[in-house]
Amino acid sequence: MADPDPSPATPGAYPGVVEPEREYRIDAGGVQIAVHEWGSESADPLFCVHGGFDFARTYDVFAPKLAEAGWRVIAWDQRGHGDSEHAALYSWDGDLRDAMAVMDSVTDRPAPVIGHSKGGSLMIQLADAQPFRFSHLVNLDGIPYKRRIPDASEHERTRMAASEITGWLDHRRRTATAERKPGTLEELARRRGRMNPRLSFEWLCHLVSVGAFEREDGWRWKIDPSMRFGGFGPWRPEWTITRLPGLPMPFLGILGREQEEMGWGTLPHHVYPYLPPGGRCEVLDDVGHFVHIEQPDLVAGMVLEFLAARS
Amino acid sequence: MSATRTPAADPTPPPTPRVTFLVHNRVRLALHHLRDGEGRSLLLLHGLGDRSPARVPDWASGWPGPVHALDFTGHGASTLPAGGGYSAELLLADADAALAELGEVTVLGRGLGAYIALQLAGARAAHVKGAVLCDGPGLAGGAIGPTSQSFVTLPPRSGPPDPYALLELSRDLRPPDYATLFVRLALDGSGLDEPISVAAVVRPPWLAAVADEVGVTTATIADALAAYAAV
Repeated sequence: MADPDPSPATPGAYPGVVEPEREYRIDAGGVQIAVHEWGSESADPLFCVHGGFDFARTYDVFAPKLAEAGWRVIAWDQRGHGDSEHAALYSWDGDLRDAMAVMDSVTDRPAPVIGHSKGGSLMIQLADAQPFRFSHLVNLDGIPYKRRIPDASEHERTRMAASEITGWLDHRRRTATAERKPGTLEELARRRGRMNPRLSFEWLCHLVSVGAFEREDGWRWKIDPSMRFGGFGPWRPEWTITRLPGLPMPFLGILGREQEEMGWGTLPHHVYPYLPPGGRCEVLDDVGHFVHIEQPDLVAGMVLEFLAARS
Repeated sequence: MSATRTPAADPTPPPTPRVTFLVHNRVRLALHHLRDGEGRSLLLLHGLGDRSPARVPDWASGWPGPVHALDFTGHGASTLPAGGGYSAELLLADADAALAELGEVTVLGRGLGAYIALQLAGARAAHVKGAVLCDGPGLAGGAIGPTSQSFVTLPPRSGPPDPYALLELSRDLRPPDYATLFVRLALDGSGLDEPISVAAVVRPPWLAAVADEVGVTTATIADALAAYAAV
């Protein structure tokens, strides 16, 4: 899908993009969370949860397709991402409480939830802990399995861990004054393209136009500069998948067959043994981690069919 | 009838220690300078829900050099951030901010602070000459694997400690093999044969695993401090 010879893009001109119809902030325990909605306010709610280092407007093509089918689609920027407040602290639990605050502000009834990547993993944990919030759960390439560490001796793994930890601590020593690197809109799109080589340059330019801000010296991503890709801690990716078999709501997983840097590296045969009763896991050939961006019509169709069949 | 006289309370309050505020991202951390002196600093890390002592505790009085104590994020005189989001690794970065200020240290942690002291000794092994792990609030932490714990929103509190710190840091996951990683890092990088000393009587799973590692010794606080002071 990548364009080998990109031309300068026009912000907002990406085909199929629909601006959110309502945008507002809610207070989540003192952190301001930006919410974006598509579709009629009186329609049944459906929540979309973005991945790490993404933001709600990555649903700019996908969400309108669900809204067109009659859903009130609600997406929010996780703390530190998109238009939400840059918080002092970030954690999985903090993200889950922010999600609860958004959901509580919209409905007290079970609703369908779609999560991509980290957002999918977050929602597996919330669905396990608080199933009353979920009528259906759709996971878009967001089922962590195992960390992809190359074959290495124990000593080598220790050395790699040391490098990871000191790198993170060195980063934390700089965050008080850190800023994202500025550039032209096209430069930011190309940088992001190195992480998302399957996404078109035009789409990446659209992402910059809504996920970055412009100052005199150029565009910068809105995401909190204190956040850093990767990191370390006691959590293990394979712990999420063990929550799947017990999920009581209808479950649909959609994986992209092509492996990408921002994905988890989870393969279909990893997921099948853990599916909950009646759960499904579909695999899209020649599609990468961003299944809903590469194939918005196909994935929206699969989701709508799933919701209709299991209502 | 003879009256029983109780000794009068000491009318002299402890001296207020000098405090330096360090900046860690959006948090101001209070680093209390409990005693000046020559030589390597001793850095004290408090337990969960606690705060730095106002003066050098008796059990640390044998340390020959300067003594400092750090208030973790959400505790003592440090910032109470909104919305929670605590992790042991965040507190490790708090301690690392103190290390950047003080230079080479020996670190002593109580409870949660013991777990952070272990992490600091591994993460910055070349700059930490010994870590003493002691009993204290928050020593056990959470489970060693995934749990069924749910999530709750807490009402705000005007003063320290932050309720989210109490909640989140009392259930942070502490797999033993994650804790022992920091022992191996300390052993590889500190230049010490025994960079970790366990003074705690209680041994939750992570600490029991640490105590069994090469490079870890069991000692009283006084003996451990004396040994590291001699390095």
